[in-house]
Amino acid sequence: MNIRSRLSTAIASQYFPFFVTVSLFIILYIAGIMNYRGFTHAQVFYNLFIDNAPLIIVTVGVTFTLLIGGIDLSVGSVVALVCMSLAYLLKNTSIPVFAAVPLVLLIGIAVGFIQGYLITMFDMQPFIITLAGMFFCRGLTAVISRNTIIIDNPAYAALASERIRIFDTGFISVGAIVAIIVLILATIFLKYTKTGRTIFAIGGSESSASLMGLPVFKTKILVYIISGFCSALAGIVYSWIMLSGYTLHGLGMEMDAIASSVIGGTLLTGGVGFMPGTLFGVLIQGIILTFITFQGTLSAWWTKIVVGALLCVFIIMQALITEHKNKLSSSSSIKSDK
Amino acid sequence: MNKFKKITSSSMFLPLFALGILLLFNIVFVNDFLAISMENGHLYGRLIDILSRSSSLIILSLGMTFVIATSGIDISVGAVVAISAAICCMLIGGRGDGIPEHPMILAMLAGIGIGVICGIWNGLLVSKIKIQPVVATLILMVAGRGIAQLLTQGQIITVYYKPFSYIGANIPGSILPTPIFIAALMVLLVILILKKTSLGLFIQSVGINPTASRYAGINVVLIIFLVYAFSGFCAGVSGLIESSLIRAADANNAGLNMEMDAILAVALGGTLLSGGKFYIGGSIIGAITIQTLTTTMYAIGVSSDQLPVVKAITVIILCLVQSKKFQTVFNSWKNKRQSQKVVDRT
Amino acid sequence: MGDTILKMRHIDKIFPGVKALSNVDFNLQSGEVHSIMGENGAEKSTLIKVLTGVYPRNNGTVTLYDKEIFPKTPKEAQTLGISTVYQEVNLCPNLSVAENIFIGREPRKFGFIDWRQINKRSQELLHTFNIDIDVTKTLDNFPVAIQQMIAIARAVEIDAKILILDEPTSSLDEEETKRLFTIIRELKKRNMGIIFISHFLEQIYELCDRITILRNGELVGEYITTELPKVELVAKMVGKDLDSVKEFDKAAAKSIPSDQLFLEANNINCIGKLNQMDLTIHKGEVIGLAGLLGSGRTETAEILFGINQINKGELKIHSDKVQLSNPMKAMQKKIAFCPEDRKLQGIIGDLSVRDNIILALQAKEGMFRHIPYQKQVMLADDCINLLKIKVSDREQLIKNLSGGNQQKVIIARWLITEPELLILDEPTRGIDVGTKSEIQKMAVTLAKTKGMSVVFISSEMDEMIRTCTKLIILRDHKKVAEIENEEISSENIMKAIAGGEN
Repeated sequence: MNIRSRLSTAIASQYFPFFVTVSLFIILYIAGIMNYRGFTHAQVFYNLFIDNAPLIIVTVGVTFTLLIGGIDLSVGSVVALVCMSLAYLLKNTSIPVFAAVPLVLLIGIAVGFIQGYLITMFDMQPFIITLAGMFFCRGLTAVISRNTIIIDNPAYAALASERIRIFDTGFISVGAIVAIIVLILATIFLKYTKTGRTIFAIGGSESSASLMGLPVFKTKILVYIISGFCSALAGIVYSWIMLSGYTLHGLGMEMDAIASSVIGGTLLTGGVGFMPGTLFGVLIQGIILTFITFQGTLSAWWTKIVVGALLCVFIIMQALITEHKNKLSSSSSIKSDK
Repeated sequence: MNKFKKITSSSMFLPLFALGILLLFNIVFVNDFLAISMENGHLYGRLIDILSRSSSLIILSLGMTFVIATSGIDISVGAVVAISAAICCMLIGGRGDGIPEHPMILAMLAGIGIGVICGIWNGLLVSKIKIQPVVATLILMVAGRGIAQLLTQGQIITVYYKPFSYIGANIPGSILPTPIFIAALMVLLVILILKKTSLGLFIQSVGINPTASRYAGINVVLIIFLVYAFSGFCAGVSGLIESSLIRAADANNAGLNMEMDAILAVALGGTLLSGGKFYIGGSIIGAITIQTLTTTMYAIGVSSDQLPVVKAITVIILCLVQSKKFQTVFNSWKNKRQSQKVVDRT
Repeated sequence: MGDTILKMRHIDKIFPGVKALSNVDFNLQSGEVHSIMGENGAEKSTLIKVLTGVYPRNNGTVTLYDKEIFPKTPKEAQTLGISTVYQEVNLCPNLSVAENIFIGREPRKFGFIDWRQINKRSQELLHTFNIDIDVTKTLDNFPVAIQQMIAIARAVEIDAKILILDEPTSSLDEEETKRLFTIIRELKKRNMGIIFISHFLEQIYELCDRITILRNGELVGEYITTELPKVELVAKMVGKDLDSVKEFDKAAAKSIPSDQLFLEANNINCIGKLNQMDLTIHKGEVIGLAGLLGSGRTETAEILFGINQINKGELKIHSDKVQLSNPMKAMQKKIAFCPEDRKLQGIIGDLSVRDNIILALQAKEGMFRHIPYQKQVMLADDCINLLKIKVSDREQLIKNLSGGNQQKVIIARWLITEPELLILDEPTRGIDVGTKSEIQKMAVTLAKTKGMSVVFISSEMDEMIRTCTKLIILRDHKKVAEIENEEISSENIMKAIAGGEN
């Protein structure tokens, strides 16, 4: 095998975008260490997880919908709705924490189910339906309360501020641990269960998946339920950071999540994606923000611009990879394969 | 009965019907809804207000109608409005003494120009690099507000130059607010394009069957490129109105969620989101309907942040009605009930 | 050959207004390869779709192992043991080869998918077919031929009793076809019943044990391949006895080409589509491109219309060198093209007949030279009268017309651009007999009276024999023969297509 054909195989490999993303993260981190002394602290690394725990969970959910070739724009609003509902329940009712949490998780599941059902049953565009879902949930949050509700339940606040030390190098939050667990579970689910593989099959070709006898209808609805559930869970983790419910919580989070997922190697046309990649997608966004904080003179809007630019680069890269693969399967005949 | 069916199946029926109901509701429940008064040579009244407020949405939906007709979508228009507003206000400048740093006409052209550039960018991504429209315009939606903030350095630039406020309000001596004229001008421009060129035919053709259009000699890439560029142009014009209304460039809030309203207006107007035949008249009525809805909701005490609930429900109902599968399910259900009735009778 | 495993009896299939299948019988034995043959419109695909549950049957019985079955979806048919491998492979390109074989029935260990076993077992399975590839690579890394074999492997894995191969070889080269046949023979040994559908006569004769012939939705008969000469097969498919086929050969009143050259192609080449071809088209000439599906005839037409570009050789029109880099360039050189797939490449379904007719002319005129409405109406009405297009009015949506009338609209679209070269790719496919002969006559008349050059492509030999004065025979993206005037006969064409053998 010469270098060229090796490169060709590498680009066609399903893990190629993942390696690009991880490399980019490492390069950014090294650049950070070289420019700012603060970057050498392990805590800077841990903070990436602490600060971005809700985003990681949301991104996991969104990635599921992207994998079947759909999209979920409602996630940020669901985060807000869950925060607000939780705050309202803890403040104005006598429902205890351990009952309130499952209750608000149900909200996410319900939103996911309704969206999934409408999309699957009536062949509606996921983009439009979840955009409506986004508006609906955000509006509903404002219906519950237009003002900030502070969560001052002592037990809840204690859980939120709990920090777990890691070998004296630093600490992480409960939320970060939840995020990592969700990520690991999602990775295993996608790789080692029938439903997980069906999700990939649907993303590759829905008609083929259906002809192969896979339960397309059920799986598609399940995917939106998972996404809704993840957003609700992220909402709880988010409330640990904010300790409040507010209408503008999680604003624009759907775009951050989609961007993270794409930067992490998920193909927006569906069927290709790798969960650990999406983690690095989130971390790259986090590291850019860290840069801006360390720099001090740069402003926050640079994050949006850089993320937009990265998104653009990765989307164009995806388009090129897809073209490369088409060439592979159309031009080579059996002979050249041997 | 047949006549009734003909009326209800017309593309303009749904938006006009919705608008009619909303107006009726307003006439009954809102005091002086129809009253129009004359003050200082300007007409005032709720109806004028609605028309004026819906102008920038009408302009956006013109561009969006073409984009959707080619079976695309442009979700970046809101962000483009913010960029256009930012450029325009930045060039005029926020000097307290009300003296512009650059001539206003230049600033306006720059605002519109940047809109066109954004449109060209979207157009290139969709037509040349063949990225799905949602994804391609997502890039600018994410980065657009960042760019607008970069331009304004994160500040809200307030413009004290008096003539700038004329764009969003009244030019001295004119009876009606300027946005209505701008919207009318844009509508006229679109009508002219549709009557005098065959762009309308080509857009529909591309939206219905791009392959066959290519085989008939239509330059599909160019057509798709043009509709996104035009949508950017419309967003640029909208940006001027939006910024003039508040006499400032607010990178965070200018044009916020307007993409949703524009898509809603087009869908309400009878153009299918899957592309193909489009109805400019429907989109215009659709835009006015949405503005009426907004005004009505405010009038009955729904706050601006609660309003999306109503809009979201409207979108879902609209999509359900448009959905082919829903129609078949609904029809079979209706048939079943009818046959049930026959059985019951016998 | 073994027992009869599948019996279809008295099958009727009625579509609104049309009886597609009437009283068709079909038998399949275990361990045989059985071909269903018929011309376009013979409804063989309808029969297959009834069998695989795409359409329900209106009448008749289908029994598998003496048990009547009623599959409602292809999925159900599959669970009953009837698997289909289509020309465009129905697998997931983003999944690995091994997974495509096993998905839905993955072996598991402790509740989790056992990837090692999946990979091992698919490696072994493919090895029995002589395919040794990296099964962990995703499917889209492999050429269509391999993908098809993987689809067959999946059918074997899910224990199919009956395997339907629908045009499996049309995009394969010779080598690949050979390997596919080896696999099919292997499956035969394993007592599978195989239904093989193909346009390639030689392949049918090479592979199949029996042939069932359909014509216009009716059963012509079931034959043992070795006892049915090729010529007789063709005659039965066409539905005429041999003498009348010969009579067609001497068709009268063809157009006589002038000496003036319209187009000249020297050694044109397009990677993966056409291999170094020479071609001359004279004014007033009706020239046929013959060959089987996928032989390069459509590809040639698409090069002439600027849809595909040549990478070698040169094209001359009226002795000027031209570069046809897009359809518009070709249209400016007065070339028109009615494409093969009417629905996908021809009609704009939701537009009116008028819009569809003026579309190409308007594209040629350009966006800013809008054809006035009055003129559009005139043009459309003229065409409707001239070509006898049956429409309720010119504003009727084209998708509501019959196939033949849609085709006429597409031809009208091009005629009003006043072309000097009209390319008709399968203009008569799937339309009624009356309209067919109308279109054939029109092609000749245009050449005769207007001096138009016509390139005619068709799978039906009759048509070509009746209309063309010169035939270019293509095989495997190469020109293999040129037949002119008196030499044009079905026998000669067949010989050339078959490659001189037989």
